[in-house]
Amino acid sequence: MEKFTAFESTAVLLPIDNIDTDQIIPARFLKTITKDGLGDQLFYDWRYDASGAPKADFVLNKAESKQAQILVAGDNFGCGSSREHAPWALTQYGFRAVVGTSFADIFKGNSLKNGLLPIVVPADVHAWLFENPGAVLRVDLAAQTLVLPDGRKVEFPVDAFAKHCMLEGVDELGYVLQQADAISAYEASHAAPINTLQG
Amino acid sequence: MSKPRTIIEKVWDAHLVSERAGAPALLFIDLHLVHEVTSPQAFAGLRERGLRLRRPDLTFATVDHSTPTTPRTLPIVDQIAATQVAQLEANARDFGIPYFGFQNHNQGIVHVIGPEQGLTQPGMTVVCGDSHTATHGAFGALAFGIGTSEVEMVLATQCLPQRPSKTFEVRVDGRLRPGVAAKDIILAMIAKIGIAGGTGCVFEYRGSAIGALSMDERMTVCNMSIEAGARAGMIAPDQTTYDYIAGRNFAPKGAVWDAAVARWSQLPTDDGAVYDKSVTIDASSLEPMITFGTNPGMGIPITGAVPDPSTMPAGVERESLAKALRYMDLEAGKPLAGHRIDVVFIGSCTNSRISDLRAAASVLKGRKVSPKVRVMVVPGSQNIKRQAEAEGLDQIFKDAGAEWREAGCSMCIAMNGDQLEPGQYSVSTSNRNFEGRQGKGGRTFLASPLTAAASAVTGVVTDVRALPGKV
Ligand code: SF4
Repeated sequence: MEKFTAFESTAVLLPIDNIDTDQIIPARFLKTITKDGLGDQLFYDWRYDASGAPKADFVLNKAESKQAQILVAGDNFGCGSSREHAPWALTQYGFRAVVGTSFADIFKGNSLKNGLLPIVVPADVHAWLFENPGAVLRVDLAAQTLVLPDGRKVEFPVDAFAKHCMLEGVDELGYVLQQADAISAYEASHAAPINTLQG
Repeated sequence: MSKPRTIIEKVWDAHLVSERAGAPALLFIDLHLVHEVTSPQAFAGLRERGLRLRRPDLTFATVDHSTPTTPRTLPIVDQIAATQVAQLEANARDFGIPYFGFQNHNQGIVHVIGPEQGLTQPGMTVVCGDSHTATHGAFGALAFGIGTSEVEMVLATQCLPQRPSKTFEVRVDGRLRPGVAAKDIILAMIAKIGIAGGTGCVFEYRGSAIGALSMDERMTVCNMSIEAGARAGMIAPDQTTYDYIAGRNFAPKGAVWDAAVARWSQLPTDDGAVYDKSVTIDASSLEPMITFGTNPGMGIPITGAVPDPSTMPAGVERESLAKALRYMDLEAGKPLAGHRIDVVFIGSCTNSRISDLRAAASVLKGRKVSPKVRVMVVPGSQNIKRQAEAEGLDQIFKDAGAEWREAGCSMCIAMNGDQLEPGQYSVSTSNRNFEGRQGKGGRTFLASPLTAAASAVTGVVTDVRALPGKV
């Protein structure tokens, strides 16, 4: 994972609540055994018509969306399936942060592991973002702030450990592998309830 | 006396490997279920890092999502799906994981076969790269869905860094009336608290109505915990649980069994334990439920009407409802009962177990499905399929004009070719009615097997209680 550095960008606005992971990346694209090509399939059924041509009225297809690294959506973004293909698709498209009023648990965890920052903002800031398309926002993870064009700093919460991993560009697996002794000690003192090798 | 604890806290505490300041707790995982869709990139990660599997003896793999439900004598024609299935087979072989393959007579939906094989047991931590892992909570296990990075983590370390969840009591008392099913309890609960109502929480379902449920029914309830935003939902084990597990393939035997039951009986929530949140549901007043919209929280009693966005205050919520009704092409304020349908799907890890098939068959016996409707019955496992055939249920379905298919996820997720056509309406016993979930442009009404079967007969959304000569 790359180190997550502060950046400035405009945002793509998607004022819809409860955007589920089936919309972010439809299930038929999950037959892949790699992570490749998912960015092109992001929001596929909202983004393309039956012939596969981009729908002109969908926000992701607008010229001003192409460079945006921030997505602003409604409540409970990422609900539904645990597919990590959702943050893979979002980051491959170029998003580095999703702003909303709340996120589904599994999506949030998956995003943090893939350099995609879920940012929860208060309702008034959320409404302001939708009223001000094209605003250039600054995302600063180290300071845990979303900076609005007028300089207003909106603080957001983030799990301290996930923040550390994102800023340093390290993944959690390395950290857990270092705890092999603790794991072995647990295993030694807890008999396994099953053995899948012996049915 | 130590502080009274909920079952949720007891299972959590018993699996703590380490707790360090500033980091999440490290939780040991007792059972890791693996399927073809969310695992290939995890195995690739292991190979890249040169890691082996820490505990193949706590890992189990099967294929279910992208596998066809046509006769097993036929090959998998979708080459991309075939590659994915072959990849899991290779990964299972290379990493030494027990595996029920496509041709295995025990194959089935991962959340159906875990319990069926006796792998799922009370007090365990269970994970799978699939959000409906919550199903296993019906046994008093702490079971939750994980992403692919976490699948890799568990394969390599058998542990997961986790923050504790809030505890959420879902108390369901009273007695279900005829025609009302376990599915209706959970659909009513989600409609009540909303699809994000359980975010950050683990549910414990309790109360007399929960205690009266069979294990199949408890699994139906726990299965949909994620549709209310909770990663897990648990039910304390009791005699019903022990009776289900006893004698199964991986269940403890002899003296080990007795010790296990003694351990399990310590799991139920202590008197005086405090939950962070609570909700109560009166089972006696429930009606059959059906969803009208594009998320599982958009549910109404089958006698009710589709809500009207124009009666709501302006805002994103109203917009979302209006958007859902546009997608579903439904008129606000009108009842859903009587609405035409094209397909009925009876299956999925929510409702594909033997009691679900029996319920559907009880409605279809001696009846014909509407000639306008395609009816698919997809058992959750090959074992369930054989049992249903031994009971003659397959004949009831076939005589009624329904399709009797091989086990798998099928039209629940529409990855395997079983899917709705654009614009079609389906009554489905599965768990998600998201846009396009059952096929691009398809429209899903979620309901119980009883409601699905009744609707199959009439060709329109039907209250099973109103079917002539029924219940
Ligand atoms: S049946 Fe549906 S919900 Fe269950 S595991 Fe399969 S795809 Fe997921």
